[in-house]
Amino acid sequence: MAEFEPQIIAFCCNWCTYAAADLAGTSRLRYPPNVRIVRVMCSGMVNPIYILKAFEGGVDGVLVAGCHLTDCHYIDGPVKCDAAVDKLRKMLHVLGLEDERLRREMIATSEGVLFARVIHEMVEQLKKIGPSPFKVKMEALA
Amino acid sequence: MNLEDIIQQTKTYYCLECGKCTSICPVAKYDSSFSPRMMIENALLGFEDDVVLNQKLFSCLTCYNCQQECPSDVDFPIFVRKARSIAQDNGQHGVCAHSGQLQSLARLMTSPAIKQKRLEWLSKEYRVSEDSDVLLWVGCAPYFEPIFKDIEFSALGIIKASLRILNLLGIEPRLLPNERCCGHDALWTGDIETFKKLAEHNAAQIKEAGVKKIVFSCPEGYRTFKLDYPEHVDLGCEVQHVSELLVEKMGQNGLKFGEIKKKVTYQDPCRLGRHLGVYDAPRKVIESIPGIELVEMRHSGWESICCGTSAFTNCDSYSNMLRAERLSEAVATGAELLITACPKCQTHFRCATVDKGEEHRPTPKIEVMDLANLVANAMGESNNG
Repeated sequence: MAEFEPQIIAFCCNWCTYAAADLAGTSRLRYPPNVRIVRVMCSGMVNPIYILKAFEGGVDGVLVAGCHLTDCHYIDGPVKCDAAVDKLRKMLHVLGLEDERLRREMIATSEGVLFARVIHEMVEQLKKIGPSPFKVKMEALA
Repeated sequence: MNLEDIIQQTKTYYCLECGKCTSICPVAKYDSSFSPRMMIENALLGFEDDVVLNQKLFSCLTCYNCQQECPSDVDFPIFVRKARSIAQDNGQHGVCAHSGQLQSLARLMTSPAIKQKRLEWLSKEYRVSEDSDVLLWVGCAPYFEPIFKDIEFSALGIIKASLRILNLLGIEPRLLPNERCCGHDALWTGDIETFKKLAEHNAAQIKEAGVKKIVFSCPEGYRTFKLDYPEHVDLGCEVQHVSELLVEKMGQNGLKFGEIKKKVTYQDPCRLGRHLGVYDAPRKVIESIPGIELVEMRHSGWESICCGTSAFTNCDSYSNMLRAERLSEAVATGAELLITACPKCQTHFRCATVDKGEEHRPTPKIEVMDLANLVANAMGESNNG
């Protein structure tokens, strides 16, 4: 059987992490192709429902990444993002979802290397813990 | 299913177009574009799109005020519920409160593979038993806890209080480690598929546990188990609200309550009151606590006004006005405590202290408390557990 390849959705802020991902690409850094990037204007606009919908759709992990606390174009986006992710993490914990499946990072424009490393780490961790429990529903329907 | 079938099933064709429904409807009072009478008329005239594609379809609180007044006994809430399932098929979901997280959680819980950690709050001071035939339904309380932390509402506090009450009554209930959402919100927003899956899963769990009686502290779960589950699954056990259980026990061996010197008023949750006809049991329980003076609001019993939220959809400025009206009625009684038996009433009332609405009207201030917490306090125990 082929090795399990996790799927990751990454919500990346337009000003920092999306540019960092670009930098990782132009610097020819290697990172696994398991991630699909969704560009958002600010990490503060990532509503918990976006993350829940991603899990409903059957992804194995979600990364929410944006500017560092003092870099935000909209002043306090990362603070809002932290609050929303913390709240959601508590709910997902009750639901029995492993903490590794939802990751929050702050990656600045110049940190292409960090972006590649975070994706590497996430893919490795997700390979260890296996497919998301919400996938079962999808397969049962198909 | 199409609208014609729904008209046949709910006997909507008996409608006399008298408009009593709209005149008593708490939503129509503030939102002039919402009219149950017009909705029924549009359905009868065959304007299906005007009913099912209308965003206002999701504004109905399904509080059953209209059906009580209707001379033709048209079951408008059920009509709305069924029309919503057509709306869902057409991609209409209403505007979900809390960005739809609660609806999403219900859908996620349909997965058979999840292993929930829903009983982590359970400490040693509560006595539970693995082989008891009485089950205490915990429901969505562990999920409400993080969501409603900012409005200082503790849903688990209600469950802990209920557990304390059961323990003091000499019952060591069972708690299911992997129960799912009861599906109330999914059903009332028209997501029948999710509801059926949740119902089947819960029924299987309950059967496997060999439970004879389920005790609820939440009227929504109670209604769903009592009226909606039997249509889809065989439960094979008795269901009871914690207030009914208390009344039963009071009759048997005279419960002892400590004194609480307070003037209180009681909000009838629509699910417990008009849906299931339980008006007296909670009042009996409150009145039997020494020192408590129970005063009624202007609208009480079968004509009481809804708190303004039902399935976490279309929570707009109109429902805020409705909530403010209800809170001012409670303040006008001179009571210092508003007792309700439904966690959702409490979320909506407590939210009023945080969300002032667009008009920044002053919100009437009154402390809100659940019946279970009050009783647990009166039984001489702390509810914070």
